[in-house]
Amino acid sequence: MAALLDVKNLKVHFHTRNGLVKAVDDVSFSVNPGETLAIVGESGSGKSVTCYSLLDLLPKPPAKIEGGTAMFDGEDLLTCNKDRMRHFRGNDIAMIFQDPMTSLNPNLTVGEQLIEPLIYHPDKERRQDRATAKLRAIELLNEVGIVDSERRFDSYPHEFSGGMRQRVMIAMALINEPRLLICDEPTTALDVTIQAQILELIKKLQQSRDVAVIFISHDLGVVAGIADKILVMCNGVAMESGTTDNIFYKTKDDYTKRLLSAIPEGAKTMKNRAQAGSPLVEAKNIRTWFKDFSGSKTITVKAVDDMSLTIKRGEILGLVGESGSGKSTLGRSILQLVPTQEGTVTFDGTDLTSLSPKQMVPWRRRMQMIFQDPYASLNPRMTVFETLAEPLLYHGIANKHNVTEQVQALMDDVGLARAHMRKYPHEFSGGQRQRIAIGRAIATKPELIIADEPVSALDVTIQAQILDLILNLVERHNLTMMFISHDLSVVRYISDRVMVMHHGVLVEQGNTETLWAKPKKAYTKNLLKAIPLADPKSERTRLSN
Amino acid sequence: MNSNSIDATAEKGTSLWEDAWIKLRKNRLALIGLGLLIFLCVVSLLTPWIAPYGYEEQDLLMGATPPSAEHWLGTDIFGRDMLTRIMWGGRVSLMVGFIATAVALAIGVIYGAVAGYVGGRVDAVMMRLVDILYALPFMIFIILLMVVFGRNLLLLFFAIGAVEWLTMARIVRGQVMSLRKQEFVEAAHSLGLSQWIIIRRHIIPNTLGPVIVYTTLTIPSVMLLEAFLSFLGLGIQPPQSSWGLLINYGVETMEEYPWLLIFPGIALSLTLFALNFLGDGLRDALDPRTAKD
Repeated sequence: MAALLDVKNLKVHFHTRNGLVKAVDDVSFSVNPGETLAIVGESGSGKSVTCYSLLDLLPKPPAKIEGGTAMFDGEDLLTCNKDRMRHFRGNDIAMIFQDPMTSLNPNLTVGEQLIEPLIYHPDKERRQDRATAKLRAIELLNEVGIVDSERRFDSYPHEFSGGMRQRVMIAMALINEPRLLICDEPTTALDVTIQAQILELIKKLQQSRDVAVIFISHDLGVVAGIADKILVMCNGVAMESGTTDNIFYKTKDDYTKRLLSAIPEGAKTMKNRAQAGSPLVEAKNIRTWFKDFSGSKTITVKAVDDMSLTIKRGEILGLVGESGSGKSTLGRSILQLVPTQEGTVTFDGTDLTSLSPKQMVPWRRRMQMIFQDPYASLNPRMTVFETLAEPLLYHGIANKHNVTEQVQALMDDVGLARAHMRKYPHEFSGGQRQRIAIGRAIATKPELIIADEPVSALDVTIQAQILDLILNLVERHNLTMMFISHDLSVVRYISDRVMVMHHGVLVEQGNTETLWAKPKKAYTKNLLKAIPLADPKSERTRLSN
Repeated sequence: MNSNSIDATAEKGTSLWEDAWIKLRKNRLALIGLGLLIFLCVVSLLTPWIAPYGYEEQDLLMGATPPSAEHWLGTDIFGRDMLTRIMWGGRVSLMVGFIATAVALAIGVIYGAVAGYVGGRVDAVMMRLVDILYALPFMIFIILLMVVFGRNLLLLFFAIGAVEWLTMARIVRGQVMSLRKQEFVEAAHSLGLSQWIIIRRHIIPNTLGPVIVYTTLTIPSVMLLEAFLSFLGLGIQPPQSSWGLLINYGVETMEEYPWLLIFPGIALSLTLFALNFLGDGLRDALDPRTAKD
């Protein structure tokens, strides 16, 4: 069988102010009709650039295609003219992007955006009238699993949840019956249950329509069940390619091995350090409600509704829930970063809810937070030194004379080179930024740290490093931690005890391994079932069920 | 626990301002702008001693003569030396431009930052006040001030500044509202930093880009506003002059004596160019994301 797409020796270079960057260096691969190729690599590996260059979506300059061919059905995509490229984009090759929130136009109804490619098709003959296009769109919305699709056709994107929007994006990609579908990390921004559904959907559609799929991901675990072939990329170079089973079970490449070993799997290996005696944090019946004024009627959002919890000294408590479950709000309520309506939060014997903001200041020193997005959680106009020195000086831990030493000690602690002290956040990678943020959190020598999805914005290899850093710091500095995450494998890897939250209330809690082995509630069972397995054979059986 | 000690460290390490200065020194256009501004300011300061003639000194035999060796930039219809008048006019114009803009900047940035940061009801009240002031006819406001307090140059600066800060406040408020929700501000809050330090160290520096650009646009518009007020008899009065006033008179006689318009026009445009170059340079220099070299 002839390959649908055959890429040979593709080279893409970026001519930037800081010199030449070989984003893609001599990469070859092919995809047959009805086959799924996964391109896996960390950020900066060139996996997205590879696919963007096929559709001429790269900004030129700075990007320049230096060589290679990409034969699609006998025609070279890299040298064809603009009209031909538009033809390919419109009819043969479709793309799904990572963020379903930003890839839909908020001012047009979903239906309008869906039928756009049909009623404005560049080929006059293939252009359809509105009524026919609408029927076709509704049919597709049904196919991608949107219920009540006739009514939803006239809804706006903001009326859909993230997972539903990604389904709409898939329907949009399929509307012109493409022969090749490129998915750029389509599930990275989604919850684990939704991710499982979307993966299933892509697999099902691919089989029923016989389209070829290129699936880009940083996580080998995600592609285990759906890929036929895998291409592993690093720094623009293809490290290894082969069938999925060969990559997973018989790899000889060190880099692939590293990627595989970075997938968090199994139970926590360190011992439970929870101490008996009075707990460090005791929250009783917390209610955190927000008023939403955005609609025509004011709605009360019950983000956290009557939650109680205790955190023992030395313990790592995992808090699991899907987006919108109120888990972040609960973390912020404990730290008194958002006002609670009812309930008490007792920290080391003192009720924090009774304190005024001024009285809170000395307590803040003893409890800190690590945030999700290392790009937003650092002030872009402050150097590493300034960021780390601020809490030290403000709380009087260091003075003018020894602050440099203390900052350096902090940087050693979180694994940052001292030489980077005068650099600004934008000069660091995501993982390094998260190290800075962790350094800031431990600067005041706190007892409690609440980590809100600290690794979910990071690549899987970096994620493993940061998790190990966190475990290490907990051990060395005798920290108590609440670890909030939607990623169950990560939570299992790091925490001693787990609480599952849904719609602002507690579903169930228990010791991590007990809960994993015997979940009591149906909701927990579903969550656990949705975790992608980094094992192609069992993942395939899981997806086909 | 005091904020001074935090600032003290900024002096020895590279801080935003030091880095900005290093970058600014490498930006040739910005340096030219800065040099030109300094030159104009120095000339204005020294005018009483270096001006070739007195600003009301008339040479009735030399009325409205084109540029010559005696009068480099010609004379106006009353036979007064244009170079002298432009130099004296620059004193008033630059002073109005800088003082009124400084007033607008100080009020606008603080007002906008507080409204945006505190939010909620406080923000609503503060912004309605801005809306009311926006709606108030500017001329009536100035005329009232003049009637109540009498004509006074300082009062004029204040009055113009008191009108120009409104837009600045709106710009800053919008910026702050989006910054407030950023995680680094929340992180500062969870460190226990006081509100005022958060506003000063984490919020205001991140609003600098648009503020600087808007400032460089405000200075020339303030200078023209002064000309307009003077033209109506509410600002400074002849024989005193300002660039705006000279331009206004120049327009009237544009066809017969073009140099009366051209030279004050050049002076104003030069200032404007200098400000824009310097403003763009400052904006880039204060953003660490632009390259250092």
